[in-house]
Amino acid sequence: MKRIAGIFLVALVVASVASAQALLINGAGATFPNPIYSKWFDEYHKNNGNIQINYQSVGSGAGIKQVTDGTVDFGASDGPMNDEQLKAFQEKHGFGILHFPTVLGAVVPMYNIPGVTAALDFTPEALAGIFLGKITKWNDPAIAGANKGVNLPGNDIVVVHRSDGSGTTYVWTDYLSKVSEEWKNKVGKGTSVNWPVGLGGKGNEGVTGQIKNAPNSIGYVELIYAVSNNIPYGNVKNSSGSFIKADLASVSEAAAAAAKTMPDDFRVSITDPAGKKAYPIASFTWLLIPAKFSDAAKRDTMKGFLNWMLADGQNYAEQLSYAKLPKEVIAKEKKALSSIQ
Amino acid sequence: MAATTSVPSASPISGSRSFVRRLREGDEVARLITFLFAVSVVLVTLLLIFALWQGSALARHKFGLQFFFTRVWDPIAEQFGALPFIYGTLMTATVSLVIAVPLGIGAAIFLAELASARLSDALEFFIDLLAAVPSVIYGLLGVFIVVPLMRDYVQPGLKATLGFLPLFSGPAYGVGFLTAGIVLAIMVIPYIISVSREVLMSVPRDQREAALGLGSTRWESTWKVVVPFARTGIMGSIFLALARALGETMAVTMVIGNTPTISASLFSPGYTIAAVIANEFTEATGDLYLQALVELGLVLFLLTFLLNGLARLLIVITSQRGSGTAHA
Repeated sequence: MKRIAGIFLVALVVASVASAQALLINGAGATFPNPIYSKWFDEYHKNNGNIQINYQSVGSGAGIKQVTDGTVDFGASDGPMNDEQLKAFQEKHGFGILHFPTVLGAVVPMYNIPGVTAALDFTPEALAGIFLGKITKWNDPAIAGANKGVNLPGNDIVVVHRSDGSGTTYVWTDYLSKVSEEWKNKVGKGTSVNWPVGLGGKGNEGVTGQIKNAPNSIGYVELIYAVSNNIPYGNVKNSSGSFIKADLASVSEAAAAAAKTMPDDFRVSITDPAGKKAYPIASFTWLLIPAKFSDAAKRDTMKGFLNWMLADGQNYAEQLSYAKLPKEVIAKEKKALSSIQ
Repeated sequence: MAATTSVPSASPISGSRSFVRRLREGDEVARLITFLFAVSVVLVTLLLIFALWQGSALARHKFGLQFFFTRVWDPIAEQFGALPFIYGTLMTATVSLVIAVPLGIGAAIFLAELASARLSDALEFFIDLLAAVPSVIYGLLGVFIVVPLMRDYVQPGLKATLGFLPLFSGPAYGVGFLTAGIVLAIMVIPYIISVSREVLMSVPRDQREAALGLGSTRWESTWKVVVPFARTGIMGSIFLALARALGETMAVTMVIGNTPTISASLFSPGYTIAAVIANEFTEATGDLYLQALVELGLVLFLLTFLLNGLARLLIVITSQRGSGTAHA
């Protein structure tokens, strides 16, 4: 009996030494970039057989929490960590955490008005008014004024929002907070907020379903959901006064405008940006990488992956409907990479 | 009961040698192992309460009892109150039982007493199948069939006929308390039917024969003798259904509208405790937010606990009254 146990123990030790050769890195966080992250980690594993990166798309909040607790090697989030969270990480580990933008996504107002197939034009005031519950009819002058020639019905607007906490909600409310003082004071921005009006749908697909189902409804979803479901979504007026349709070009434009003023820690919101052709409701999504690794092999692997992501990895973005990073941002990130110890 | 316990208690006379033998034979081992299994249930329950209590310390201190009476749920301002969620949970469970109890018991009576054995067994197969369907499937049924039906036909119809009642007022979104209650009812009916049917079928034959012998009709014997005899078991089936309705998450969140409102109207969108936890837990940033969600879990536990206690009490009271009338 003892001998069997002994053999078993030896086998276990051998096995664990052998598996240490194949490097395993664990990450967790945002669901929004999950399609491209899965693609990246898969491709990277194909090119580097001994490296396996596991990613759980558990949500930005959980990603921040898990990387702070130290249960995963890196996190991912659709909204940058706030000062409080950064401080909590610093206090727990004795070193900081770095943000690395990976790709960009856009959030669009999607609607279902029987008889209206045209792409509506939305002013920031109209969007804020609708989601504050102050604009309740589709033929309200705030909406109709920007859409002359479209026959808008006098029906009540059904507002649909996300019921689950989400980076999409963060981007949407971040935008509304910037364009509406009242929104900022009454509701604010976050992954979940206290909605003044509306129905909640779970996930992008839940919101899409509600909008498809309910006539005269409006909601917000990630661009790809509106495109793939063939439901009309509106153009939004940007800070230069033009109505912009969300697509990869107009989102990249928004990023380019932000690239020049990118802060060193990359924690930047690019909603309501300056560019003339920029779509105003877009955002980076970030990987959260600890500034120090106790395991040198892990550190080098992580750096290797980030370098690949900033170069070859970017080529996978557009086929999955994410916008690529602007060149200036990539250059800046490469510089920041060297500070990981 | 007394007879069975006296058998093992007779053996210790032969002392420790016999204990070893009994150990070999497996009696004591079996006893010990099954005892551990039984205790583990209690341990898990205690652990659950402890984890929920521990995990919500911050929120409990910050909000105190006020948590139960606050209507605001604002993650940005970190103001959390459970009232709309408690209301939504109780409301949807009530609607579902109001629909499911008469339907379920009616069907069970038919299957147990009136239908032929072959028909009864065939239908029972389908009922068991329904009970095993995952709740997300019921949610899809709700989203694709019940919600459009409610919005286009049922709610406008109710509004036109019973619209003067506050219960049936307000805009018809399709989603809301009523729809969630109906989907829940569809989910819990199989439980009520299945358990009630078994209970009704186990009523001794002589009860029926005695009633028939006294000159009662088939229905009279069923309604006045068999059903009252099986009352405790039927109650049990209803409380099983209630427990499922209170805790159901997926199907409810898909059709309730997910808005923390307290409204007398059944058409209004609402929210339940289980649904809000499932929706917001993953993205809950900040300790207080997370802990408020854990405290909601504690509240749901408490609610289930209270209702279960109430159920036990009800069963005790009615079964006493039942035996009283039987003697009289």
